[in-house]
Amino acid sequence: MKAFAELYLRLDATTSSNAKLQALRDYFASAPAGDAAWAVYFLAGGRPRQLVPSRLLRELATEQAGLPEWLFEESYQAVGDLAEAISLLLPENPHGTDEGLAIWVEHHLLPLRGQPGEAVRERLPQLWSKLDRPSLMLCLKLVTGSFRVGVSKLLVTRALAQLAGLDAKRVAQRMVGYTDLSHRPVAASYLKLVAPESDDEHQQRGGQPYPFFLAHALQLPVEQFDSALGAVQDWQVEWKWDGIRAQVVKRDGQLWVWSRGEELITERFPELHSLAATLPDGVVIDGEILVWKPGGDGIAVQPFALLQQRLGRKTLGKKLLADAPVMLQAYDLLEWQGEDWRNRPQHERRRQLEHLLEQHPLAPLLLSPLLTGDSWADLARQREASRSLGVEGLMLKQREALYGVGRTKDMGLWWKWKIDPFSVDAVLIYAQRGHGRRASLYSDYTFAVWDGPPGAAQRTLVPFAKAYSGLSDEEMRKVDAVVRKTTIETFGPVRSVTPTLVFELGFEGIALSKRHKSGIAVRFPRMLRWRHDKTVEQADDLATLQALLG
Amino acid sequence: MDLVIARPEGLYCPPGDFYIDPWRPVDRAVITHGHGDHSRSGNRHYLTATPGAGILRSRLGQGIDLQTLPYGERLLHHGVTLSLHPAGHVLGSAQVRLEYQGQVWVASGDYKVEPDGTCAAFEPVRCHTFITESTFGLPIYRWPAQAEVFSDINAWWRANRDQGKASVLFCYAFGKAQRILHGLDEHIGPILVHGSVEPLNRVYREAGVYLPETLYVGDLPRNDPMLRQALVLAPPSAGGSTWMKRFGDYSDGFASGWMRLRGARRRRGVDRGFILSDHADWPGLLWAINASGAERVMVTHGSVNVLVRYLSEQGLDARGFVTEYGEEDDVPAAQADA
Repeated sequence: MKAFAELYLRLDATTSSNAKLQALRDYFASAPAGDAAWAVYFLAGGRPRQLVPSRLLRELATEQAGLPEWLFEESYQAVGDLAEAISLLLPENPHGTDEGLAIWVEHHLLPLRGQPGEAVRERLPQLWSKLDRPSLMLCLKLVTGSFRVGVSKLLVTRALAQLAGLDAKRVAQRMVGYTDLSHRPVAASYLKLVAPESDDEHQQRGGQPYPFFLAHALQLPVEQFDSALGAVQDWQVEWKWDGIRAQVVKRDGQLWVWSRGEELITERFPELHSLAATLPDGVVIDGEILVWKPGGDGIAVQPFALLQQRLGRKTLGKKLLADAPVMLQAYDLLEWQGEDWRNRPQHERRRQLEHLLEQHPLAPLLLSPLLTGDSWADLARQREASRSLGVEGLMLKQREALYGVGRTKDMGLWWKWKIDPFSVDAVLIYAQRGHGRRASLYSDYTFAVWDGPPGAAQRTLVPFAKAYSGLSDEEMRKVDAVVRKTTIETFGPVRSVTPTLVFELGFEGIALSKRHKSGIAVRFPRMLRWRHDKTVEQADDLATLQALLG
Repeated sequence: MDLVIARPEGLYCPPGDFYIDPWRPVDRAVITHGHGDHSRSGNRHYLTATPGAGILRSRLGQGIDLQTLPYGERLLHHGVTLSLHPAGHVLGSAQVRLEYQGQVWVASGDYKVEPDGTCAAFEPVRCHTFITESTFGLPIYRWPAQAEVFSDINAWWRANRDQGKASVLFCYAFGKAQRILHGLDEHIGPILVHGSVEPLNRVYREAGVYLPETLYVGDLPRNDPMLRQALVLAPPSAGGSTWMKRFGDYSDGFASGWMRLRGARRRRGVDRGFILSDHADWPGLLWAINASGAERVMVTHGSVNVLVRYLSEQGLDARGFVTEYGEEDDVPAAQADA
């Protein structure tokens, strides 16, 4: 635990990738395989489900720290992170145990899950008293499932590859599915990650997908595309679908569907199960799961909100399946006849994918259509139809691009060229202190628009969105100061303020909602800019939002 | 009778007709210490503790009308007996003790209870009413022993020096910088200071506080190899400025009580946070309040509501005082002088 806590501190103390890489290498070079197995799991984003309910954790910590409940709550709000707050309030054991990460996770922490409250009450303080402060914070982060530190999976992969003398892509391939809930890391699983290359590597992968290749955001005026991207003919252009990125793997008569988070989601989408029978073996397709329904001029893609409803449900009832049927927009072929095709150029993979779908005009599979244009300006014009088509913009894929790993740029490029977000001018009415870097700063805001047009008698502000990103640190500090000065009331962590600040809010989608006071829900709201030039009276009203609903 | 009340100009003593650390110009100002939010210019007459005279003059001008009073010595003014007692915050910092018709009030200004060798150590003063700050008035703020912090700073400096990197440590120029200089291991390498730190070093040295030899950064040529071994003390405002360019590849740190929180350190964007404050931590506040023996506690700048509620629950008569001190503490915009 100490060694892992030390690694955490080193990773947390720097923003340099090289320093992080060095810290990872140092750790893995000396960690026992059992500890290393769990370290990879946590660093690569694996999270066991919460082991102890937060409420119980708070009660216990409040008791142990000898504080009144309200003071614990105040402290927590100032820190902005439960695990850290508790670690700052509990008495510290300066020595701390030398037991390793695996022992802690397997013998001390995981067994807590599902224990009756009384047993946890007795056990947890004993465990806490064994740890020095860094280990204590880490332990709490593991218990609450909130462990996060600024390293990418790619960086972990590189560290392991360097140590083991392997190609990073090989390690990435072996790591696929490592953090899936069904997988429990043990020494052997770590040793497999760093084992020497073997001949039957390909055979051993079972239902594993390939690491997803990700696109970069393109934020340039279209006039600069020619110089930055080159000729339009060198690019394969598609719509950017707004669904769930997924790989469909068909091998040995069996079908697996994986999400981009490398979670197995086969069971979530029974519509795709027929592919087990219809797709040939040794095929991996990359695409997007979307809800498709008859409507308008035929069958059309439905808003993400509908897909989201499906994700929220534990069981998929008949009605839900009928209301929100899915299909897969296929856009890439990663494996064909059991062979890894990722090192073939984009256009070749595409041709084979078209070929496959011609032979198998399969119901749940659609071929993501290509767009053609004789210039970037022409494509920009076509892109304007995005919103009415229910897509997010265009994807630009180099025709010669190989299929990379994550956000690599050395094997070819994918750009996402998204349309500008919706925007309205809204008024800040509530503020709450943030988490992490924003701890103790009022940085999470609720925004409102007017419920009537300018001049309407007694119009009021109706909250419709929360946002916390988009401001610079400097702006955030200024807003924080205004919030503190204009507070009307404080309820728990939230302050209501005299409306004085107007922001342009951007969001990706908008839908009717019964759960919101305004009757409207927006997707990915964030602050685009601070409208110093607008008074509160000049902010938008509900009619503006309703018009965006179309 | 209340010996201190809050007025728009600042904390005011009605029977004595003077102010303590006023934020608007007044006739008579008693100054607890030289930080900017407590000692403002424009007052007609100043009174401060003798060891603080140099600081006040260097900050407010040599020409101010300044009267000084040694710690512990009494002064009678309009029937009010006034004396100043060490607050352990920075050089010359004082608690103001007021006695009138058998009532004793103590206004603490800012204080720290752990002695640090650069200023007279905090002395508890018995009183009926204690006016306390509350900058770090939450139980999450508990300071590590300063010897531990200095050994961390030394280790960081040594490691950077061995890698040929400058160690730039941001800290408030008055008080914190001198405390660091006094506490660190001067044999590790050269110590350089920013232009805003040196004048205060001079005042401390003149007051007899030992500080190791320091060099003014501006006196060195830009490519001087000494830069790569040095510890550099600079105010937070120097961070991110062109002034930093001369250090090439450097590691940076920030010394403040706020560094106790991971979020605060990350917001600063520095490599290392060193938990070093010239204010009392939570146990320190409670200890000082208890040691004053006061039944009534007036809480100023910081976590006023929290401390008032907590003390009330402990059976004390606690209230909040609205002041304009410590804006720098309360608003994370400039959490520098803590």
